[in-house]
Amino acid sequence: MIFPKIRVLRSHGRQAIPDLDAVELTEKFRGRPELTFTEDTSEAERAETVCPTGAFTADPLTLDLGRCLFCGECARVAPRNVRFTNDYRIGSPTREGLVLHAGDTRVAFDPEQVRPVIRRCFSRALQLREVSAGGDASVEMELNATGNVNFDLGRFGIGFTASPRHADGVVVSGPISANMAEALEICYEAVAEPKILVMCGSEACSGGLFAESRAIDRRFLDTHTPDLWLPGAPTHPMTYIDGLLTLLGRKKRE
Amino acid sequence: MNYLVTDNTAGALRLEEIPEIAYADFYDLLDGWLADPRYHVAHYFALPSGDRMRFYCLVLDDAEGRVLVTSHAMDYYDDTALPSLTARHPQLHPFEREIAEHYGIRFDGQPWPKPLRFSFDRYDRRSSIDNYPFYTMSGGSLHEVNVGPIHAGIIEPGAFRFICNGEQVLHLEIALGYQHRGVEAAFAATENRLRQMCLAEAVAGDSAVAHATAFAEAIEKLTGRERPAQLDRERAVALELERMAMQIADTGALSMDTGYQLGQVACEALRTMTINTTQAWCGNRFGKGLIRPHGTDHPLTAERSAMIRKNVAEIARRYDEVRRDIESSPSLLARFEQCGVVPHEEMRRIGGVGQAARASALARDIRASHPWGSYGKCLHHTPVVEETGDVMARLTVRSREVAQSAHYIDRLLEIYEQKYGKLENPCGEPDYTTSLTPSSLSFGLVEGWRGETCHVVVTDAEGRLAACRIKDPSLHNWLALALAVRGEGISDFPICNKSFNLSYCGHDL
Repeated sequence: MIFPKIRVLRSHGRQAIPDLDAVELTEKFRGRPELTFTEDTSEAERAETVCPTGAFTADPLTLDLGRCLFCGECARVAPRNVRFTNDYRIGSPTREGLVLHAGDTRVAFDPEQVRPVIRRCFSRALQLREVSAGGDASVEMELNATGNVNFDLGRFGIGFTASPRHADGVVVSGPISANMAEALEICYEAVAEPKILVMCGSEACSGGLFAESRAIDRRFLDTHTPDLWLPGAPTHPMTYIDGLLTLLGRKKRE
Repeated sequence: MNYLVTDNTAGALRLEEIPEIAYADFYDLLDGWLADPRYHVAHYFALPSGDRMRFYCLVLDDAEGRVLVTSHAMDYYDDTALPSLTARHPQLHPFEREIAEHYGIRFDGQPWPKPLRFSFDRYDRRSSIDNYPFYTMSGGSLHEVNVGPIHAGIIEPGAFRFICNGEQVLHLEIALGYQHRGVEAAFAATENRLRQMCLAEAVAGDSAVAHATAFAEAIEKLTGRERPAQLDRERAVALELERMAMQIADTGALSMDTGYQLGQVACEALRTMTINTTQAWCGNRFGKGLIRPHGTDHPLTAERSAMIRKNVAEIARRYDEVRRDIESSPSLLARFEQCGVVPHEEMRRIGGVGQAARASALARDIRASHPWGSYGKCLHHTPVVEETGDVMARLTVRSREVAQSAHYIDRLLEIYEQKYGKLENPCGEPDYTTSLTPSSLSFGLVEGWRGETCHVVVTDAEGRLAACRIKDPSLHNWLALALAVRGEGISDFPICNKSFNLSYCGHDL
């Protein structure tokens, strides 16, 4: 009975990514887009009409990552204006920071925007409670993946915990369905101060495809200010890891 | 004729072609069909049109690969109660409950007249998900355990209420609707077909390819344009990759819940490898963006095809080692075997589908019974069937399907490379603009990894999408989970749950 286990172990080998900072995703991955201004705006205008969530605007030329599904259609319609890079470092401490303009070469992460208490209290260990509120389960699966053998976020003392009473904050995924609004509020209230709030996925950042749906209720955000916005459909585990480490001051975005 | 006969490859149906029969005839027709195990209901929904309410029903005939379509109608403001079919055929319960909840139609004698998902446009706005009418029992030795809507892990919300006698579960009721975000309404609210495709991909993230394929198929039937055969092959590869990834993920989840860490970490790594293969193909780990109507943005180049074949062979080899280890570990078998049994007859009565049904010796598989695209042409699928209906059977179906999918992917890509290896994009670009046939109904019926996934699209007189009605296999199978845990210790609930791994968002829409 030990032999099958040895065989699994031998094939499994060493899976943990040794240096997460050095990770480069595949060329095909659609991460941070780069926008280029052109005098001729006809292509950009067409891209604006096809964008499924209204994330792209031609005048002024902007792309709101908080609404973007990373379907890549704008880059196909307006290849001279939009190009998707494989840069996964797209988290921002402010919602406005997710709106990219022509010429931007990175998603800004200004340490000044981070509440000092976050770095003081959580920079060495952080346990979060995840709440799915209308998400399509892809963001949830990617968040589960952050703790797996490959990404192993636990090495930084960061993880997920079951009870909000044990948590230092809440990660929200999904557009916040009306049926989950109260449960989310209760869960957030149950976390002791100081606490952080992370919005994970484009649906959480803006409502995404459901921004206009009458089945969602985003009043939670009227009274609570998120500390970190992570776009993506779904958010890649590396985006989440990079976002949290940068928030905690354990990594700088150059 | 009381019904229209079609199949999974025929084109769209004109709405006036679909027979509209009296409810009494409809009742007798379905009552007769559903007594025979070869028939089950794929979809049954109501659609208001002017001052009338028309009810469409799609029944699948597994023996002959037919899809039987029929309908009945009533005045919108007519409040006569209809005799419920659920009382005789429990498999209709989610459909009748949805119709009742959504439009206020009353079904007489419905044994379980409870809301289904508390949709925002429900008939009775006073009802609230916070006061779901849970079933109760009283007795000195009984207690209730409430779990949710927020669960301990990083999973979607849903409220579970157990009634237990000591450790033993007498009854489990599952209240869903927390994930409701108005998907079906969003389809009809836009004319941007790309947005509709993205919505289909967001129905259930872990089945993005299955749902997107079902919707794309329905749309392609409505445009009436031929689809190239190579596109079918690409879609079949994507679907089988998704199946592999999720079956491996669930093997890992079952390993985790039994404290079998080696299996857990090995499956985590193998799932990463599988979804990274999908990512290297289309830029998204869940295959979002891969399925588009009439064409593709991510052609299978020779290079990508070789990469997929190499990875899939390696994944299948390593996964098989995990399977062998599970099968040679008595401590795991003791947990999995004879736990969470759903007997064949029960599974049939509730209309179970997909891999959960196949684990209870109910060989329902759209790839075999209603083949579309590459299935039935270059792949002749034989469903994987297990007899015992327990957690072990569901795990065995998963592990055998991984090997089967790996074989299919290799076979499809081999043909693909031989035929189209040199071409730049043999499938062509996607098409979002061709107009749809007006006043028609079409459906996409696809076997996703969870089971039968069905999208029904209805167009109005101007050729606009008037409604998209979605059925995720979870709609049928949630009841199977509730039945599986009856009589089990409550501590076995997690492995029963993981052995099904049903979708909350696909159910709640």
